[in-house]
Amino acid sequence: MLNFFQLIIIYAGIYALMAIGQNCITGNTGMLSLCHAGFYCIGSYVTAIICKTMGLPFWFSLPVAAVAAGLVGFLIGVPTLRLKGDYLCIATLGLGEIIRNIATNVNPVGINSVPRAALFGYQFSSRNKLTFILLIWFFVMIAYVLFRQLAHSRIGRAMIAVREDEVAAQSNGINVTKYKIGAFTLGAAIGGVAGCFATAYTLTVSPGSYTFMVSVMVLCMVVLGGMGNLKGVILGAFIIEFISYFPQLVGLSSVIPAQASQVLYGLVLVIMMICRPQGILGRDRYRYGSQVKKGARKAAGAKEA
Amino acid sequence: MRILEAQGVSRIFGGVVAVNNVDFNVEKGLVNGLIGPNGAGKTTLFNQITGMDKPTSGKIIFDGKDITGLPAWKISRLGVARTFQNIRLYGDLTVIENVMMGLHFKVGADPFKGRFVQAVKSYFNAGRENRELYARALEWLEFFELDGLRDEEAHNLPYGNQRELEIARALAADPKVLFLDEPAAGMNPAETAHLMHIIERIRDKGVTVVLIEHDMKLVMNICDNITVLSFGQKIAEGTPEEIRSNPQVIEAYLGREED
Repeated sequence: MLNFFQLIIIYAGIYALMAIGQNCITGNTGMLSLCHAGFYCIGSYVTAIICKTMGLPFWFSLPVAAVAAGLVGFLIGVPTLRLKGDYLCIATLGLGEIIRNIATNVNPVGINSVPRAALFGYQFSSRNKLTFILLIWFFVMIAYVLFRQLAHSRIGRAMIAVREDEVAAQSNGINVTKYKIGAFTLGAAIGGVAGCFATAYTLTVSPGSYTFMVSVMVLCMVVLGGMGNLKGVILGAFIIEFISYFPQLVGLSSVIPAQASQVLYGLVLVIMMICRPQGILGRDRYRYGSQVKKGARKAAGAKEA
Repeated sequence: MRILEAQGVSRIFGGVVAVNNVDFNVEKGLVNGLIGPNGAGKTTLFNQITGMDKPTSGKIIFDGKDITGLPAWKISRLGVARTFQNIRLYGDLTVIENVMMGLHFKVGADPFKGRFVQAVKSYFNAGRENRELYARALEWLEFFELDGLRDEEAHNLPYGNQRELEIARALAADPKVLFLDEPAAGMNPAETAHLMHIIERIRDKGVTVVLIEHDMKLVMNICDNITVLSFGQKIAEGTPEEIRSNPQVIEAYLGREED
C-alpha cells in the first residue's frame, strides 16, 4: 500500500512537470494545445537513445531532452500558432499523434532496459522509490521556482496580456507571435524533461504510452487546479493521478475497468465547470503593492541606518 | 507642423471601398478631430495608421518615417498609442497591472542589447522592474484619479472608468500621438464633460490627440481642426467653425433637401 502511494507520488511529480509546461502554454498565454504527450514522448526517447544506444550518462540526456522537445515545440509552433482556439487545439492534437505514430513506425517495440540514472555512484532504481521521489520533486520545485519567477516578471505579464486580448497587446508594443512561440517552446521543453524522468523511472519506452489521453490528462490538471496558478496545477496533477490509480488503490482493479478513470476525469471536469470554473485554487494574484511597500521599508531602513 | 500624414490611403475589402484615397494630416500638439456618419471609414483609417491592418494603397508618414505596413507592435513602440471603439482591457488583470502593461516596452529597454537579452535580463530583475513599473503606473492612475481602484480587476470597473483606464494605459507608453476611437460613446453628459477635461490635460502635456467622435458638442468644443469622412472619402477639412457651416458636411449628416 505504501509502495503504491509512493508510485502515485512519483507519477504525480512527472505529470506535475508536464502540467507546469502546459500551464505556461494554456494557463498563461491562453493557447489551447493538446500535444504535450508528443513532447513527453520526445523527451523519453531522447533519454533512452542517449543512455542506452550512446551509453552516455543520464545527466547529459536531461538538457538534451529539454532542448530537443523545445526545438520540436518551436518548429511546430511557428506554423500552427497563427491558429486560434479550437483550430489550434485540433492542429496540435494531430501533431501529438504524428509524433507518436512516427515512434510506432520506427520501432513498434520501443527501447528496453535503459541504464539507470546515477548520482555520485548511487543508482536511482524503481525498487527504492523514496530516493526517486526526492529526485523528481526536487526538479518539480526547481521548475516551480523558475516558472513562478517568469509569471511574475514583465515577460510573464506580457504573456498574460496576450491571453487576455491579442489586439490590445499589440497596441502595447508586444510582439504577440514571438511571445506565443516563446511560451510554446518553454512549455514543450519542460514536457521533454518530464519524459526524461519517466524513462529514468520505468527504464523502458514504448510508443503505446504516449497516447492522446496523456495530453488530455495534463490539460485536465491545469484546468482542475486553476489556469495560470502553478500551485493549483501541481495540486491538479496530484488529484488526477490519484483518480487514475483509484481502482488499484482500493483493490478493485478486477471489478472496475481501467477505462473508468476516464469517466472520473470527465465527471470531475463537469463538476468543476459547474461549481468552480476558475479551478480549485483560482487565479494567481500577485500583490505588487506589498512588494512596493517592502521595498519602501527597506529604503527607509537604509536611511535610518 | 505635421507629425503624422496619411497620403492617399485606400483600403478595399473585397468589393467594398472602405477608405478611398484619403489624405489625413495630424498637426503636432493639437486635438485633431475625425468625424463622419456611421460606416464612413473612420475606424478603418485608424487601423491603417496604427498598423492593425495594412492599407491597400497609399503611404503613412510618422515623424518623417514611412511606417506603412509595419506591424502594430512596432508602430506603437515608435510612439503611436490608441484606444479602441469597443473597450479592450485586460479584464482579468487589475487596474494597475493594465497600466503596467502600457509601460511594457518603456522599462528595461537597452538600445545596445538585443531584445532576447533584454527579456532574460528582465526575467532576473523582475522584482526591481515591477517596483519601478508599479510606481510609474501609479502616477498615471493618480492623473486619472483611478488610484483608489488600483487592485480592482479591470472587468469589474464601471463603464466610464474602463474608458479612462484604457486611455491611461495608452498614455503610459508616453506616446507622441494618441488615437482615441469614440471615447465618449455610451457616456452620460457628466462623464463626457470629465472626458473633455481629461483630453485638454493630455493636450497640455504636449501629446498630440486624434479623436474619432460622434458627440458633436465634444468635437466642436475641443478640436482644433476637423476632418470629415463620408463613404470612405474625405469631404471636408478645417476649423470647427468652417466644418459647422460646410454644406457638404451638413448634407452627409442630414441628407439633401428634396424640392
